[in-house]
Amino acid sequence: MLTLVPSFTMNANDDQHQSDAHHEEATHHENNEHDHEALPHSEEEGYNDGVNSKEEVAEYIQHHLGDTHDFIFFSDEAAGHHYGFPLPIILVDNGLKVFMSSEFHHGDKVVKKGDTHYRLYHGKIYKTDAEGTIQYDEHHHPTNAKPLDLSITKNVFSILVISIIMLLLFRSLAKGYKNGPIPTGFARVLEPLVIFVRDEIARPNIGEKKYRKFMGFLLTVFFFIWITNLLGLTPLGINVTGNIAVTICLALFTFIIVQFSGNKDYWKHIFWMPGVPVPMKIVLAPIEVLGMFTKPFSLLIRLFANITAGHTVVMGILAVIYIGKETLGTGGSIGVSLFLTLFINVIELLVAFLQAYIFTMLSSLFIGMAVEEHDHH
Amino acid sequence: MDKLINDFSFGLFVWVSIIFVVLIILMRKFAWKPILEALNSREEGISNALKAAENAKKELEALNADNERILKEARAERDVMLKEAREIKEKIVSEAKGEANAEAEAIITNAKAAIELEKQAALTELKTQVAGISIDIAKKIIKSELASEESQLALVEKSLNEVILN
Repeated sequence: MLTLVPSFTMNANDDQHQSDAHHEEATHHENNEHDHEALPHSEEEGYNDGVNSKEEVAEYIQHHLGDTHDFIFFSDEAAGHHYGFPLPIILVDNGLKVFMSSEFHHGDKVVKKGDTHYRLYHGKIYKTDAEGTIQYDEHHHPTNAKPLDLSITKNVFSILVISIIMLLLFRSLAKGYKNGPIPTGFARVLEPLVIFVRDEIARPNIGEKKYRKFMGFLLTVFFFIWITNLLGLTPLGINVTGNIAVTICLALFTFIIVQFSGNKDYWKHIFWMPGVPVPMKIVLAPIEVLGMFTKPFSLLIRLFANITAGHTVVMGILAVIYIGKETLGTGGSIGVSLFLTLFINVIELLVAFLQAYIFTMLSSLFIGMAVEEHDHH
Repeated sequence: MDKLINDFSFGLFVWVSIIFVVLIILMRKFAWKPILEALNSREEGISNALKAAENAKKELEALNADNERILKEARAERDVMLKEAREIKEKIVSEAKGEANAEAEAIITNAKAAIELEKQAALTELKTQVAGISIDIAKKIIKSELASEESQLALVEKSLNEVILN
């Protein structure tokens, strides 16, 4: 996250020295985004640097939290340089169209594939005409048609990398057992975590007899979320678990596994609750059905909100360096910001583990409820 | 909420689903299964080893108890043997003493008898010698006293006198 500092610096310099020239630089990505909100804020931007700076910070955080089609470590806003690498774009629109995201020039250029023009706008790809016109509705949302976008975005790329890291890490742990029952080196760190998931999460919640079947999912989800959260705290600036599509997908896995492993008792408890009077059974059924969906929903919202909030707070406090410069002085704002960021980052380290733990814990709890053997009295 | 829905990217969702399914399958096959099996077998090994140690301890205790018992028995046996030996010794000693006394008695008795015999023999011899000597003396006296006629007549006289007196 610290490498974001240079790009903020660029922004701040930009604001202080070139605020008038700001609008003319409509050629690069950040400012393209400004087009979108240019109308309501243009008056303020004209004479108020502070608000302009705050707007940019908000914009930057939004940009960071979202998914992108290229992997950018930091950018020089003034010169319009972006340091990173492009990722492949895969569009399904009258056939498969594959090209590198560099062709968009970070949203500056319209790409023509076949006889359709595409434009990258606010992190999304729209069909457009040769000039790249974007139509808006009354809420200022683009109304252009979108192709089915199956691109390898920054998040997809990160997930692939994390998957490979996980495979390598745990493959080495698995191989280590061939040389003897006691792991050596880094595997010593991983083994207690695997045992932790097994003994503290899966076994007590699912039960001794059935836990083995779900270990693959639980361990994978635990380490996936944890490693992803941790990498989200690094200066790589990825935000995978803070993306709603990712958390929806993870929660959907839990949902499907719970429903498919549910035994007769589980369904009976949903639709015809035993041990209560018939009218209550009828009242309880819809509530229980709703409960089926709220459980994974709470999972996906919890993970998404925690990670998004963490990233937003860390970046917001980092931005204090530039926004609080006038009131605190340069040294003061840097000091306050770095102290607070360090503080929040340490908390985020805890949150990273806690969220992985809670997600896995609740998943195994739900699975445990679905496979539980009730002894009826 | 509107923003959240707008942020939802279908492409990302599809990719995450695919990658995650593949990841779970691969991790299960290549990582979790061998790891969990290794952990289980290790834990079983540990619990078996602990049980074996417990058993060994019990066996050792039993062995110790056995040893103790054997030792006790051996000690008792030794005591009995010592006692018996002592008794035998005393018996032998007393028997020997008895025999020795008896023999000494016999020897003394024999010796006394022999001494008596010798004494008797000596006495007899002494008696015969004394008798001989007495006879010789008597012979000599008689010879000398009856050498003359008068003395012979005197003796006859005397003897006659004595006979009358009787």
